[in-house]
Amino acid sequence: MDIFIQQLVNGVVLGSIYALVALGYTLVYGILGLINFAHGELVMVGALVALSVVRTLSPLLPGLPGWVLALLGTAVAAGVCALLAILIERVAYRPLRHAPRLAPLITAIGVSIALQNLAMVIWGRQYHSVPPLLPAASHQFAGAAITEVQILIVALAALLMAGLIGLVHRTRLGRAMRACAENIQVAELMGVNVNAIVVAAFVIGAVLAAVAGVMVSANYGLAHYHMGFLLGLKAFTAAVLGGIGNVGGAMLGGLLLGIMESLGAGYLEDLSGGFLGSHYQDVLAFFVLILVLVSRPSGLLGERVGQRA
Amino acid sequence: MKIANRWGLALAMVIFAGLTGCGKKEEPPAPAPAAQPEVTVKIGHAAPLTGPQAHLGKDNENGVRLAIDELNAQGLEIGGAKVKFELLSEDDQADPKTGTLVAQKLIDAKVSGVIGHLNSGTTIPASKLYNDAGIPQISPSATNVTYTQQGFNTAFRVMAHDGQQGKVLGEFAVAKLGAKKIAIIDDRTAYGQGLADEFEKAVKGAGASVAAREFTNDKATDFMAILTKIKGKRPDLVFYGGMDAQAGPLAKQLKSLGIKAKLLMGDGGSTPEFVKLAGDGAEGAYSSLPGVPLAQMPGGQAFGDKFTAKYGQIQLYAPYCYDAVYVMVEAMKKANSTEPAKYLPELAKIAYKGVTADISFDDKGDIKGGAITLYQVKNGKWEVLETIGGAAPESAPAPAAADGAAKTQ
Repeated sequence: MDIFIQQLVNGVVLGSIYALVALGYTLVYGILGLINFAHGELVMVGALVALSVVRTLSPLLPGLPGWVLALLGTAVAAGVCALLAILIERVAYRPLRHAPRLAPLITAIGVSIALQNLAMVIWGRQYHSVPPLLPAASHQFAGAAITEVQILIVALAALLMAGLIGLVHRTRLGRAMRACAENIQVAELMGVNVNAIVVAAFVIGAVLAAVAGVMVSANYGLAHYHMGFLLGLKAFTAAVLGGIGNVGGAMLGGLLLGIMESLGAGYLEDLSGGFLGSHYQDVLAFFVLILVLVSRPSGLLGERVGQRA
Repeated sequence: MKIANRWGLALAMVIFAGLTGCGKKEEPPAPAPAAQPEVTVKIGHAAPLTGPQAHLGKDNENGVRLAIDELNAQGLEIGGAKVKFELLSEDDQADPKTGTLVAQKLIDAKVSGVIGHLNSGTTIPASKLYNDAGIPQISPSATNVTYTQQGFNTAFRVMAHDGQQGKVLGEFAVAKLGAKKIAIIDDRTAYGQGLADEFEKAVKGAGASVAAREFTNDKATDFMAILTKIKGKRPDLVFYGGMDAQAGPLAKQLKSLGIKAKLLMGDGGSTPEFVKLAGDGAEGAYSSLPGVPLAQMPGGQAFGDKFTAKYGQIQLYAPYCYDAVYVMVEAMKKANSTEPAKYLPELAKIAYKGVTADISFDDKGDIKGGAITLYQVKNGKWEVLETIGGAAPESAPAPAAADGAAKTQ
């Protein structure tokens, strides 16, 4: 039983990270119908910028407690990622907003490759070890071990997601975003500054990505230039699973995917009588994705896609 | 448009002509001072220079480069001509498919020999291409048994293979570490899986049981799920067959889950990078590395100093790469030719005192009497525990451990 709870804990931690990244995909898709494949790279940039900040500051201010350093690093990373997202939107997506849908998809992939290579030039090709700024103490929770970093990840992710839901449903900006998601041309005719809303969506996604990047690097103790690619792909899957374009769906999809991977690795072998090993965890996750999409083509919480412009 | 294009074309031609002209102008002065002819001998090298193993690939490349720079400074003469070695280094991304592409590229560039590849997974498919082209290949680090068992007379390695390493590791785990229940994880590459299979055979032979056999991949960073599963089986030792980029976070997560089992790895985890990545999870981990510790080899310390001064810390295989180049050039000197077909027979019967071992090859191309050294992380540093087999390679009969393994293959 304690093993089951441990697997569940592993899944929730992994899922919280997926969910945070998935939100970035879903926000942009909801408004523009664009799959921003460069989003995963923002996670990587966030992690590496935060690492650089921590590395430069810690010898300058030796007395500073670890959490302050981590906070400063995250803040700078969020700022850099936000600026980068604005730049990417302006250079790679806005000129193509009325182009056929495939064109921005290709530029998104191009931006992703360009960012990876840029990061490789700046930070090098090696794996960077991330200094343990936050207490690594491990707590027992119903027989499962969970570190303080992991507790922080889950709590912070929950907080950010609650904040985002508040933003989308309670504020003027949120209303404008929902209007754009409904119909971007009509929203524009109604006096919504569409460009500003699009930029806002990119910036919010980028900040969440930066936070996710810091979380991932703190959790695994490492950061490297291609850490964003696979994570981005998984988060995109989570967004599709939950219903891309739907904020709640991204969270649900992220958590589900994380838990599925974790339980899949833990129990697939026993369930299949030793025929499938734990390395089929991705196969299981994607098999569930296919099943969901066949029965609900727009994802678990997704709306009908036909209406979208 | 058309006119613009023509102008563009003309401009490009002018630039091109200028460039090639410059290139030509630079070349003649070089051989002028020396009256004798100079030949350029291309040495190929392939390793992952991007991706999770880039630090190891770069380390290999630096090992090769150091040897080539030294040899060029010596001003060797082979076959009556002054020889200048040129390094052609390719990135195979640790990917078998890319490995064969860069192998073909090196063959097309008419290299005289190849040092590489780093991974078994890339070395094995590439070795067929080199064999078809008759180009000698010395892998510094591919330890999968299959590499030299394919009947290719061009395939050599300067490191003990996994049959030997797995056996030593297995016996060490059971006899010295007292492990009875063992969990094995590998990264599903030719190297990781090959070593894990040999290890599994050895521990079963020594009377221990394998409680779990789990798999990951060579890009993974999250091992919580499989480690949790392993935790439920309560093993007293966890073996990982794979590289340091995965072994580091794996050790960290092992610790954070509160698993008390000892961690044992092959050569892929035996790096300073592992210690850095694993953080507080590194302490007490064991690993093996084919060869004798550098400090104990004649010339080993000197090599270490030279390398560190030029490129910084040695990661893993740089000394083996350095030796591989010298072995290849030694064969060229003996044959008095840099042509693959002429120096290949000399390479097969070479006897060379390298910095990692006294190198000579058996009829398959494996190093004779390869020693294997066991290490443990103590106070954040890999410390030598013991060297098993092949410590005195001068004596003809190789020690039992290594010899027995070689025969069973």
